[in-house]
Amino acid sequence: MILLMTSRRFQEHGAIKIKRTASARYCNRKMMMCCPKGTTAILCLTILVGSCVVKSVEALHIQDSQQDVTGKALSELKGATSGAATSDTKKERKMLRATKKPTHKPTQSPTGKPTSYILPDLKYKYKALQPFIDATTMEFHHDKHHATYVANINKALEGKPKVDILDLQLDALAAGSAVRNNGGGHYNHAFFWDEMAPPDEAKKTKPSAELEAAINKYFGSFSAMKVAFEARAAPGALFGSGWVWICVTDNEELKLVGTANQDNPLMKGVLDEVMYPILGLDVWEHAYYLKYQNLRTVYVSNWWNVVNWDKVSENFAYAMENKAGVPVRG
Amino acid sequence: MTAATTVTKILRPAALRASGVHVHSSKLPSELAKSASAYLSSASSSGNKAILPDLPYDYNALEPIISTETMTLHHTKHHNAYVTNLNVSLEKLDTAVSTGDVSSIISLQGALKFNGGGHLNHSLFWENLCPKGTIDFPSSGPLKEAIEARFGNVENMKKELSAMSVGVQGSGWGWLGYDVKTGHIEPATCPNQDPLHATTGLIPLLGIDVWEHAYYVDYRNVRPNYVNAIWDVIDWKKVEERLVAAVAK
Repeated sequence: MILLMTSRRFQEHGAIKIKRTASARYCNRKMMMCCPKGTTAILCLTILVGSCVVKSVEALHIQDSQQDVTGKALSELKGATSGAATSDTKKERKMLRATKKPTHKPTQSPTGKPTSYILPDLKYKYKALQPFIDATTMEFHHDKHHATYVANINKALEGKPKVDILDLQLDALAAGSAVRNNGGGHYNHAFFWDEMAPPDEAKKTKPSAELEAAINKYFGSFSAMKVAFEARAAPGALFGSGWVWICVTDNEELKLVGTANQDNPLMKGVLDEVMYPILGLDVWEHAYYLKYQNLRTVYVSNWWNVVNWDKVSENFAYAMENKAGVPVRG
Repeated sequence: MTAATTVTKILRPAALRASGVHVHSSKLPSELAKSASAYLSSASSSGNKAILPDLPYDYNALEPIISTETMTLHHTKHHNAYVTNLNVSLEKLDTAVSTGDVSSIISLQGALKFNGGGHLNHSLFWENLCPKGTIDFPSSGPLKEAIEARFGNVENMKKELSAMSVGVQGSGWGWLGYDVKTGHIEPATCPNQDPLHATTGLIPLLGIDVWEHAYYVDYRNVRPNYVNAIWDVIDWKKVEERLVAAVAK
């Protein structure tokens, strides 16, 4: 049994398809493993389930190796395709999948509580936000950029008792640049993925009556809010890398703010007061470069098409009730 | 004719009328008015605009280290935008200075730093790059000596500057600069488009752009690969020229 679990023939090979011969009996599609012909059902099930556990423990250690593999893969690609900036990079995405992906299962301490932060799964496919955000960007943004923040915050806080990623934000500045940049990066991206939805779904969502009233009160109107938001996100207004947010304040006002790099309004000392984001937009170049290149303004104006206003309304209700930041997965 | 009246004569009457309150309530001291007038007479009459410099090589010259696509986008879109926006800011500055609108002069500083810095930095950058294999690191001379004095050897310098450049959070630049006070070469980084000399006093010798737009097409998120690769396309002759000029100052 152990032989079968570790045998190379039956291990995951990423993008390379496992040959499904007529003799294959049971297959774990996710793990792309099949039991050989003649294996009994019970033995096979044990092997396939066991392999999942082995994989998940392994995978946490491979984060760092991903970086180099992708870089090398890309340079191989660089003679083969021109116009690599476009989102039409099927070959590149295949190569991306050839590198091992981090598991989404956290390590378990003996008490069963997670001891490290995890990269939360997207609730939609990489291509789901097209044409407004392309699939390659989503894949890199989530699997590389966000994953790196997760790996780095885990490294930075190794051996320390785990603090929920939301609770880490308040004192992030005092905790030092590793926590500020990576803890901030993890929270910001986890927040970002969940406030978006595929365009068909997004267009069916709308702000709650309470949120709409607040927007009208503090911005004049919904469209005035969008104009102000886009202006705040413009390259001349938010220079370099950062995020634009709409936040609830302790006084129950709505405020539009920008923060640099991976800072966010939850961090004491970043803005004049701590505030609770209900909507946020990543304007780092990696968030839009493959599809929009230097045209950040087009990215920003297109982005409204994937905003899930039901979620934003939930965020608003939560922030208003608790005067606290919205919890995120991870 | 006093400096103040020189300024007045250059201005359009309408502008003066419109800004009448400003001119009277925040009168420029005579020295400032003098330099403002000198600036205005040269700037507005000669149309002293920033211009996008041509690259010293073709767009494909830095392949495979930096692709044609990156060079084209970087030069014709990004650098060009800094030039355009710098000129817009300079025009607004003209108006603000000529009307004595100190508040506007101050509020323009951000845009001047972003776009002016962006223009300066990229102009320096193109010049310190060259096709791979065309310019070796000098085997002798002031650059080699200065690097050895500060770093021990060129490999150590590359390691240190690479680490600093990779470590820039968000957008920024890695630099080798010359410190006129100590006479040494120093590695440095600046955020965003903050220009090296205005920010640190160091004279720029070599710049490495680590904004994501500089490497995302070719290297995606893997900035270390880009920084390691760019050493192959550095124009060491240019770097040495700049050092010699800086020392001579």
